[in-house]
Amino acid sequence: MTTVFKALDDETRRLILDELAARDGQSLFELCTVLLTRHGVGSTRQAISQHLAVLEDAGLVTTERRGRTKLHHFNREPLAAISQRWPTTGRKQP
Amino acid sequence: MRINLTSIYVDDQRAAHAFYTGVLGFVTRHDIPLGDDFWLTVVSPDAPDGPELLLEPSGHPAVKPYRDALADEGIPLAQFAVDDVEAEYQRLIASGVVFTQQPTDIGPAIVAVFDDTCGNLIQLISEKPA
Repeated sequence: MTTVFKALDDETRRLILDELAARDGQSLFELCTVLLTRHGVGSTRQAISQHLAVLEDAGLVTTERRGRTKLHHFNREPLAAISQRWPTTGRKQP
Repeated sequence: MRINLTSIYVDDQRAAHAFYTGVLGFVTRHDIPLGDDFWLTVVSPDAPDGPELLLEPSGHPAVKPYRDALADEGIPLAQFAVDDVEAEYQRLIASGVVFTQQPTDIGPAIVAVFDDTCGNLIQLISEKPA
């Protein structure tokens, strides 16, 4: 679970997950495009690729090939493990 | 100076010609036998005297690693302008064309990326009215 928290501790990586949650199955090129045009994240393609590798190591992103292109998917299972460890009580905060 | 001709590498010139004319709707400008290959160019029907796209044989050994690396990351090799990306997307998927990027709003324009079946990814763009 350590790698999950480390992976989430970065604004760019959280934005990547936001964009994959909005549209699952994106190429590196598409992710770079939406990060730049929607969020002003002008990181290099190599930097975004490294962020994706961290997310993949943590199990938060999986990849598959569509034709000759690698597409990235958001895998929420590691997040479910967090809520199983600290379940929400359902009570509203005061 | 004007852009007169640009080229993309295609796996099979005849298959590429069929796709670029029959599916995409470009028209043949030159189709001249040249040894084992062809000098094969297409133009937009909207601009028959405009820039030509050369459908060039992909036999050179540098072509495969170059195109494989770009295709892996989803990077397109050319961009074609259309009036309405969403309408073209619907038209092309009905013809069996595979998109690696669905129509996406990038602010001043809508873009999408498809596989040209000849080894290349192509971006479509429609600019929003000012």
